[in-house]
Amino acid sequence: MSILIENARVIDPASGFDAVAPICIQGAEILTLGTIPEGFEPRRRIDATGRWLFPGAIDLSAHLREPGEEHKATVASEALAAAHGGITTLVMPPDTQPPIDSPAEVELISRRAEQACGIRVLTMGALTRGLLGEQLAELAALKRAGVVAASNAHQPLSSPLVLRRALEYAATFDLLVAVSAQDAALAGSGCVHEGTVSTRLGLPGVPEAAETAALGVILALVEQTRARVHINRLSTARGAEMVAKARADGLPVSADVAAHQLFLTEMDVADFNPLCHVNPPLRTQRDREGLRRAVARGEISAICSDHQPHESDSKLGPFAATRPGISALETLLPLTLRLAEEGLLPLSEALARITTGPAGILGVGSGRLSPGAAADFVLFDPHGLTEIDPQTWLSAGANTPFFGWTFSGSVTETWVAGRPVWTAPPEASARPEEFA
Amino acid sequence: MIALPSSAHRLPQPGPLPNDLQLTADGRLRHLLTVEGLSRKLVTEILDNAESFANMNEKAVKKVPLLRGKTVVNLFFEASTRTRTTFELAAKRLSADVLNINVSTSSAVKGESLLDTLRNLEAMNVDMFVVRHQDSGAAHFMARHTQPGISVLNAGDGRHAHPTQALLDMFTIRRCKGDFTRLKVAIVGDILHSRVARSQIHALNILQAGEVRVVAPRSLLPAQVEDLGVHVFHDLKQGLRDVDVVMMLRLQRERMEHAHLPSEHEYFQLFGLTQRRLLLAKPDCLVMHPGPANRGVEIDSAVADGAQSVILQQVTFGIAVRMAVMSMTIGVQGT
Repeated sequence: MSILIENARVIDPASGFDAVAPICIQGAEILTLGTIPEGFEPRRRIDATGRWLFPGAIDLSAHLREPGEEHKATVASEALAAAHGGITTLVMPPDTQPPIDSPAEVELISRRAEQACGIRVLTMGALTRGLLGEQLAELAALKRAGVVAASNAHQPLSSPLVLRRALEYAATFDLLVAVSAQDAALAGSGCVHEGTVSTRLGLPGVPEAAETAALGVILALVEQTRARVHINRLSTARGAEMVAKARADGLPVSADVAAHQLFLTEMDVADFNPLCHVNPPLRTQRDREGLRRAVARGEISAICSDHQPHESDSKLGPFAATRPGISALETLLPLTLRLAEEGLLPLSEALARITTGPAGILGVGSGRLSPGAAADFVLFDPHGLTEIDPQTWLSAGANTPFFGWTFSGSVTETWVAGRPVWTAPPEASARPEEFA
Repeated sequence: MIALPSSAHRLPQPGPLPNDLQLTADGRLRHLLTVEGLSRKLVTEILDNAESFANMNEKAVKKVPLLRGKTVVNLFFEASTRTRTTFELAAKRLSADVLNINVSTSSAVKGESLLDTLRNLEAMNVDMFVVRHQDSGAAHFMARHTQPGISVLNAGDGRHAHPTQALLDMFTIRRCKGDFTRLKVAIVGDILHSRVARSQIHALNILQAGEVRVVAPRSLLPAQVEDLGVHVFHDLKQGLRDVDVVMMLRLQRERMEHAHLPSEHEYFQLFGLTQRRLLLAKPDCLVMHPGPANRGVEIDSAVADGAQSVILQQVTFGIAVRMAVMSMTIGVQGT
């Protein structure tokens, strides 16, 4: 189907395009941006006056809980939540039950995704068999089955030797390896940042060194093997500096940060709030500022949701006994735009951290509005409001510390492959002040 | 058509800050979860109330009807003798009915959640929970989820707080020393894992003690401990110099297993309280210990049983302090 969207402010971070302009869609792809080809006869015209149009977000880390933990969430429930949040592509870490360590699980998830609302669900394969950290998973077979990277999710590897071998083997097939930088022994049973708050509350802490020590090993092995490595969910300022230095030295590393790390700190845990129990833990104000700086400079090139939906029982207990994780698909875009609103970085740069940034890390062609690219985009009402509210929340996991937050602007439509996969209910977009 | 989430899938919201949780709007004590954040006035009020119960406990008839018809549940998820029995005695001397539940041998083993345990006991129309739990924040969790009108007293949660212990320590110090503002107090031992130390530090600072010191090897101190308002010493001799009160902490044997310390022997050599070391403190320095003491590990028997030791008074006063807290919190309603 051919579609013409007119009068939207089109923002394409990849090309730097930012103007009120027409955009033509042919089938599943963008045909043109800024011009209407001669003889183009759209079957459908959309007047998007007053709205923004930008590429849909690509989320590098979203746990969908299927297979194995369908009581928490399913691919279908979370795909819809993602679409609601302006996400058009998400990447699932392999720590499902069973883990994604063979082509069968990869196929299962892509089948589930096909039955869902239509957003793109990509998978990371397990780096080691059963995520046990000992034997390598069949990475070549996983790559053939379509995984975009290999990762051991939150599970530790038994030794740096396993990581070294995994990097070498994966590099043979040019398969990206994504790692969490956390030394399991140093992290121990920690459930908050080791510092003032852990001391005051008597909670076991995860020291900064749990991240920096692990990063030291990872970066040394990247230097040794020259394999391409992506670091998931940095949490410390010092860690961000180490990655920035490694990148400046020409090492093939990239990193992301979870959006909540850019807004919350250990202080938000201060009343044993289990909704702020997350791993890696919320760190200090200094860390938050350091991570923000690295995001602004592009040293951290992607912001992810680190979406971890839970059923309510998982968060009902004394702090340390609750499960870590935040349900975050529906706050990724609002929080990222808030960074631009706060003046940390220009709007187009902020959008780049959830579009071209992650697309570049994955080596996929989406996340841009150039001709021939997938027509995955968001129509956004900059005058709307996004209230993080249980009534409009779509994720099966209601475990967010952001309930009650209000953000400027709201997603009115999310499109994937030239089709709308989510449209705001009319009452949300037809607020009286717009017609005043 | 988009299905909106049902209200059933909404999580309970995180709730108010600790002080809002344990105090009513007009500042009365509703639960006792932590000493942190209590006013000097309120702590003094608790100690004053305890004073009258302490006098009563010395009489022939030791019972008053303040909690008659009320049911107090001692809910202990961790073993305890001293704390549980003094809470039990305190409740009985206030004429309450007391139920002791030792959960380590009960339903927690069968996988019942803390919330289910709480709900089931609430269904039996109890009035007060005294809870000890291995997880920091367990008492806060119970207070947040319990029905209005039921009080929660924290009898020790993880490494977080043991408020009645700290209050009975303050009571003991006040009886022996009077004014806190002149006092130098040293807390010696495993600060890292100690809920007692955390509550003592808060209590001493609330009562405006002249100086609060912690004395420990670096491996037994929590990160940024000075933020709690203490001076840090790594040498016992320096830490003891001129102190008015020394509060020893129990050293758990498992500290050796997790590489916090090499041996009990070396610990005693460096941080054990002996008669000779005690000479560095003021001549009338009180020696305190929350019990049970490891003789020959953190404290020499001669010191534990010596003239300066008030370890047994602490136990005695524990009953009065717990009676005071129970009588102040029982049935206090409101938000």
